[in-house]
Amino acid sequence: MSSGWRTLAHLPGAVTLKRNMNSPIDARKFKGKTRRELLKLTPALALGGFVIPQLQKPLLKAGLGFSDWASSKLFREHHLAPTFADSDVAPLNKFYVNTYDVDDPGVDLASWTLSVTGAVQKPGEYTLAQIQALPKLTQNTRHVCVEGWDVIGNFGGARLSDFLNMIGADTSARFLYLECADDYYESLDMATALHPQSLLCYEMSDKPLTREHGAPLRLRMPTKIGYKQAKYLTGLKTTNVLQKRGYWEDQGYSDYYAL
Amino acid sequence: MSSQAITIEDPKTEETSEAVYEHPYIVRLCHWVNTVALFVMIGSGLQIFRAFPSFGAKIPEKVLINWPKSLALGGWLGGALQWHLTFMWIYIATGILYVGYQIFSGNYKQVLFTHRDIPGVWPMVRHYFFFGPKPSQHEAYNSLQKHAYTTAIALGILSVLTGFAIWKPVQFSWLAWMMGGFHWARLWHFLIMWAILAFVFGHLIMVALHGWNNFMSMLTGWKKDPDYTSE
Repeated sequence: MSSGWRTLAHLPGAVTLKRNMNSPIDARKFKGKTRRELLKLTPALALGGFVIPQLQKPLLKAGLGFSDWASSKLFREHHLAPTFADSDVAPLNKFYVNTYDVDDPGVDLASWTLSVTGAVQKPGEYTLAQIQALPKLTQNTRHVCVEGWDVIGNFGGARLSDFLNMIGADTSARFLYLECADDYYESLDMATALHPQSLLCYEMSDKPLTREHGAPLRLRMPTKIGYKQAKYLTGLKTTNVLQKRGYWEDQGYSDYYAL
Repeated sequence: MSSQAITIEDPKTEETSEAVYEHPYIVRLCHWVNTVALFVMIGSGLQIFRAFPSFGAKIPEKVLINWPKSLALGGWLGGALQWHLTFMWIYIATGILYVGYQIFSGNYKQVLFTHRDIPGVWPMVRHYFFFGPKPSQHEAYNSLQKHAYTTAIALGILSVLTGFAIWKPVQFSWLAWMMGGFHWARLWHFLIMWAILAFVFGHLIMVALHGWNNFMSMLTGWKKDPDYTSE
């Protein structure tokens, strides 16, 4: 009962402290109480798993996988990427070129064909003329590089969905697998392949693709990050199982990276 | 305030002291998990920034800062993205849990800066920076602290929104548009990181100045010998 506060409060001129009405608790009891509160924080130590070398890789892989899953849930089939005015389009000499090994893998444009395999009714070799016979879509869209820069380009080509329709692709298959003349390779989920802005692109700024931009045919999806826009296409396969997911994806980049 | 004071008595010496329960469990858990997540986000973010240390066009590229690799996390761009895209969920989850808890428990009154705190700002600034007298305190946080913590929470929310504008400029094109476009969103994201670091710097100085009992209160919830009167 001889609370220190009450004694203090009776001193002349003392600051008025509101007296605590509870009976005092034993100092040891208080120590136990605070220790229990401290121990309740131990679940936070689970984060330490990220510094254990054997666990770090699988944990980060799971985290990236979760991000990709969330990303695929945020994707909307009919939501269009922003398009831009012609005055916003960067001239080709301001359009940075990132390549896997060489700027020009030396494709013989005269004899070039796209090899179609997999779950399709009409597999075989397709010429550029056959692709160009499909309705052409030209649009100004933003190309975003995983490094952080971006550039607005003018892209023309056939809708990938029209081409898949032409070859009789089984669109219930999960992926497209793309092969390139420079040994680069990519994969693409079917929902993105069927997106109305996804192109088999053969023109930039109203001219046939230059060699460094992927002549004669490249992917162009404004809903995807730059490294998925494979250039110098040589093969397209419709499949449910991917042996390889993409050159950069197999190095540790996101499989799905959608914008 | 809702914080309840208790009296602690040493049975041998019969000396008494006071303690106040300042920080509920969820607040403490979120504080520490978010602290780890924040530093992982900053470290990996700076490694990502190293891939294109600029805010303008790629051609010509004007390098803004050559950020040292030793002060970044992830080793390379792909590794940093793995850290960033993993810990962003931990950062967001603890943020949502914290804000949700504060709102539903009513504990937000402890930290939320409101118009009632405005008159208290100048006396505290005078005390901290101009050797003015220490204003009497009746609750856990003074006006200036509430201002700092409320700002920090706002910066945390903005860091997530600007991050989503960069990560998803198509699905959340309206977010990037609100921030002045993709380039601005990326610049805001970067500037907000520095603002958060400035808060962390000030926060650590204040924690050091206020001593051990203050630091322990964020671990155990209980602050011994509080320097304000309990109600």
